[in-house]
Amino acid sequence: MSKLGKITRRSFLGFAALAAGGVAIGYYFYQKPHANPLDARKAEGDAVFNPYVTISKEGEITIITPRAEMGQGTQTTLAALVAEELEVSLDQIKVEHGPASAAYYNSAMFMEGGPFAAFDTSLLAESARETMGVAAKFLGVQVTGGSSAMIDAFQKMREAGAAARTILVQAAAAQWDVAPEGLKAENGVITNPQSGESVSYAEVAATAAELTPPSDIKLKSPRDWKLLGKSQPRVELREKVTGAPIYGIDVELPEMLYATVRMSPRFGANVKTHDPAPALQIRGVEKVIPLSSRYGHGLAVIATNTWAAFKGADAIKVVWEEAEYPADTEGMRRRFMAALNQDASFSLGGSGDPKGVLSQTPEDRHLEVTYEVPFLAHATMEPMNATAQWRGETLEIWCPNQTPTMVRHVCASHFGIGGENIIVNTTHLGGGFGRRLEVDYALYAAIVAKETDGRPVKVTWTREEDTRHDAYRPMAVARYRGALTEQGNLSAVDVDVAVPPLFKKVVGRLFPDVPLAGPDKLLLEGAYDQPTTIENRRYAAHEVDLPIPIGFWRSVGNSYNGFFHESFIDEAAHKAGKDPLAFRLTMMNDEEHAPAKGVLRKVAEISEWGSPLSEGKGRGIAHTISFGTWVAQVVQVDVSDGYLTIEKVWCVADPGIVLDPANFKAQLISGAIFGLSQALGQEITFSNGEVEQSNFYDFDAMRMHQTPAFHIELLENSPHMGGAGEPGTPPAPAALANAIFAATGKRIRTMPLSKEIDFT
Amino acid sequence: MKLTVNGTDYEVDADPEMPLLWVLRDILNIKGPKFGCGVAACGSCTVLIDGFPVRSCSQAVADTEGAITTIEGLEHNGNLHPVQEAWMRHAVPQCGYCQSGQILAAVALLDETPDPTDEDIDNAMTNLCRCGTYPMIKAAIKDAAKAQGA
Repeated sequence: MSKLGKITRRSFLGFAALAAGGVAIGYYFYQKPHANPLDARKAEGDAVFNPYVTISKEGEITIITPRAEMGQGTQTTLAALVAEELEVSLDQIKVEHGPASAAYYNSAMFMEGGPFAAFDTSLLAESARETMGVAAKFLGVQVTGGSSAMIDAFQKMREAGAAARTILVQAAAAQWDVAPEGLKAENGVITNPQSGESVSYAEVAATAAELTPPSDIKLKSPRDWKLLGKSQPRVELREKVTGAPIYGIDVELPEMLYATVRMSPRFGANVKTHDPAPALQIRGVEKVIPLSSRYGHGLAVIATNTWAAFKGADAIKVVWEEAEYPADTEGMRRRFMAALNQDASFSLGGSGDPKGVLSQTPEDRHLEVTYEVPFLAHATMEPMNATAQWRGETLEIWCPNQTPTMVRHVCASHFGIGGENIIVNTTHLGGGFGRRLEVDYALYAAIVAKETDGRPVKVTWTREEDTRHDAYRPMAVARYRGALTEQGNLSAVDVDVAVPPLFKKVVGRLFPDVPLAGPDKLLLEGAYDQPTTIENRRYAAHEVDLPIPIGFWRSVGNSYNGFFHESFIDEAAHKAGKDPLAFRLTMMNDEEHAPAKGVLRKVAEISEWGSPLSEGKGRGIAHTISFGTWVAQVVQVDVSDGYLTIEKVWCVADPGIVLDPANFKAQLISGAIFGLSQALGQEITFSNGEVEQSNFYDFDAMRMHQTPAFHIELLENSPHMGGAGEPGTPPAPAALANAIFAATGKRIRTMPLSKEIDFT
Repeated sequence: MKLTVNGTDYEVDADPEMPLLWVLRDILNIKGPKFGCGVAACGSCTVLIDGFPVRSCSQAVADTEGAITTIEGLEHNGNLHPVQEAWMRHAVPQCGYCQSGQILAAVALLDETPDPTDEDIDNAMTNLCRCGTYPMIKAAIKDAAKAQGA
C-alpha cells in the first residue's frame, strides 16, 4: 500500500480514508488531469477551453459552475470567479451546472475532513490537508457541501478564466501579427490600442482553443477586481421570480410516466404482506412494484399522473416487518444514556488533566449539566424526486442532487453496470441543506424506470414520505462538567457527547465495502475545535449503536455541539458571576484566536451589549467557528406578554475573504433562521418503530411572523478563507437559549426549546 | 371540466377529486405552482382565483370556479409585475422553490392593502420558506407598495 494509504488509514477517519480503501496511487497518476467532460459533448464548431469555459460557434460564452445551486448563490459567485479573469460581464455569459464528472472533484471539502481546528496550522494538520487534497483528486467526487465551493474554486476557477483569456489574446495577436502583451481584453472583446483594431472572443475562439495555455498563469490582484468582492445579481434571479421550470420536480419528457414510493416506515424492515388491488382500481394507476435497495424496502406505484400515484400508494394494504431497534424515543434515549456512561470511543483536542482538576476543586465551584437534542429532518421545500429513463443498457437521470458522481456511483453499483453508461443531469434544487448528499431518490427512480418499457418516469415523494424517510440530523446527548477557579475562570472542562457515528453511517451507505477506522470528528466538531485557552480540557465521543439513517444536516456536528458548547460557556459565566462576553474573551488568548475576539467585540458593539433593557427582555451571545468562518451572534428576546418573541439578531462573521457581500449576508440570515427554526418546535420522534411526524403541521420551521430583525456585519481579518452556507447556523440556538436565560432566569438544555417555553 | 388559467380556457378530463395543483402541473404543464406539502400547510402551490390566494394542492379541480392566475400569468406584454420587479431588486429568492407562492400571496395582499404595515404582512404572508428569505420578502413588499404608488 502507498504511503498515503498508510497515513490516512492509521491516523484518522476522513474522506481520504476512502482512498486508502484500495485505490492504487502513483505520482504520475496524480499529475495527470482528469479528462475534460466537455470534449465528449461538444457540438460542431464549439471551442472548448477547459472544463469551465466554452464558446459556441454562435459566440455564446458558457461557464460551467459544477456545484449544486440550492439557494446559496454558488453558481453566481463561481461564474464570477471565471468571468473576473476571462474579462467578461455576468450578463454576457450563460451559466450551466454541467455534466457529472471527476474533473469537478471538490478538494476543499476533503481537506477539512481531518480532526483539526480550522485555525490549526501545525505541520500535522497541514500535511493532513495536503494528503486529503490528493486523495480527493483520486476519488473524483463532485460534491456540494461543507460550505466548501468557494474555497475549492477560488484558485482553480480564476485560473480557468485567465487561461482561456490568455489564449484568446494570443490568437488575436497572431491574427494581427503583433505581440500579445500590448493587447487589451475587456467585456469579451480584444483591442489593440496601437492600431485601434478589435475582435470579439467569438471570432478568435476556434483558433484560440487549439493553443496551449501557459503553465504559469498570473491572476489579477484583488485591487483590480471588477466583479469579485462586490454584490452581483443572481444569474438565475429572473427564472426564480417567473416560476420557470428549473427544478427536478418540473422535469417533463415525452411519453413520461409518474410514480411515487411507499417505503417501510420502519428502517431496514421489509414488506411482510401487501395487497395492491385497491391501488390498481384507481383511475390512472398502472402498476404496483416492489422496491428494494441498500436504502430500504417498500413499494412503488406507477401512474399516468402524480396524484393518481399518491392516491394509489395510500390505498395499498400493507403490513410491514418489525423494526430491529428500540420502538420509541424513550427506548432510544436509554441507549444514549448507556453509551454516555460507558468508556469513550475516542477523544480529540484535549490538554492537561481536567478530571484531576475537577476532583481537586470544591463542589461549589463545579458545574455538571446534561444537554439533549433530537433527530431532525431536513424538510427541503421541494420534496425528494428524480426522473429516470433506461435506453437499453444506458440510464439517464434528471434530479436535484448535491453529488452527481455519487448518483452515478450508487446506481452503477446497484445495477452492476459501468458508470460510463449513466448520464446524470443536475437541475436546480428546491433546498438541499445536506439532504441531497444522499442519493436514495435517484436510485429509486432508476429502479422504477426498469418497469416502464423504456419510457421516462418521474418519481415524486409525498411530503409524508419525505419527512419519514430522511437521513436525519442525529439525536445527541452531552454531559459537560466544568471547574471554576476562585477568581471565576474556567480551569477545566470535561465533555462527553453520545451520538451515533455520523461519518461512518454516511460512508457506509455509499461505499459499503470500504473499511473505516479512526475518530469520527463529526461527533465532536463545534466543541473540540473551538478557540479556547482553558488549560485542562477533554472532549470525548461515545458512539451510539442505533440503525436509524442519519446524515449531514446544515452545519453537521456543529449543529449540536455549537448549542451544547456555547450554552455551557454561558452557564459557566453566570455561575462565575461574570459577563458572558467578557468571560469568553478571557479564554481566547492565543494569537490565532484573534478573529474570534474580533467578531465578538464587533457584535457586542452593534448590539449595544451591556446596555440596559426593559423588564422582560434579554440578550444572549454565542460564537462558533465552523467551515472556516468565525461567527458571533447576539439574540434579543422579549417575554413581557408571556410568550417568547425573538426580536433581533445581530451577527458578525469573518470568513477572511468575502467574494459577494450581499449573498454572504443572505446566507448568514438563512443559516441563523435554519438554526433558530429547530428551537421553535422541530423534533423527529419515534413510536412503534416509526417516525411520528409527517408534514409541516407537525414538523414546521420559522414563519414570517416569528422572524426577527437582522443586523449583519462582515469582517475580513481571518488569515484563511471560510465558507458561507453553514456557519450562520451553529451559534443561533445557543444565543437564543442564553437570551431566554437572561430574560427569565430559566435555563433550557433540551431542544426544541418550545417544550419549556411558548413562542409567538 | 372547464378551467380558465392566465386568460386561456381549457377543457380538462381528470379525476374530479384531483387537486387543482396536479391538474395545472401534470395535465396543463403549468409548472409555476409547486408541490410542497399537499395539505395547505406551506403555500408553495399558491395560485390566485379571482384575485384571492388559494392553496391549489387542497382544492379539488371539480370545486374550482373563477379565473385562475399562476405566476406565469403575472407578466403583461413582457413586463414583470411590480411585485416581481421588487423581488428582483431585493434579490429575494434563494433556492426559489417557494417564491411563486410567496409572490402571488404578496400580489393578493397589496391588492387588498396597498400600503401594508408589518403586522399586515405578518398576517397575510403565511407561506413557508426554508431558506429564511422573510426579511427580504418583507422589504420587497414594502418597496413594491411604494412603487405602486401607495
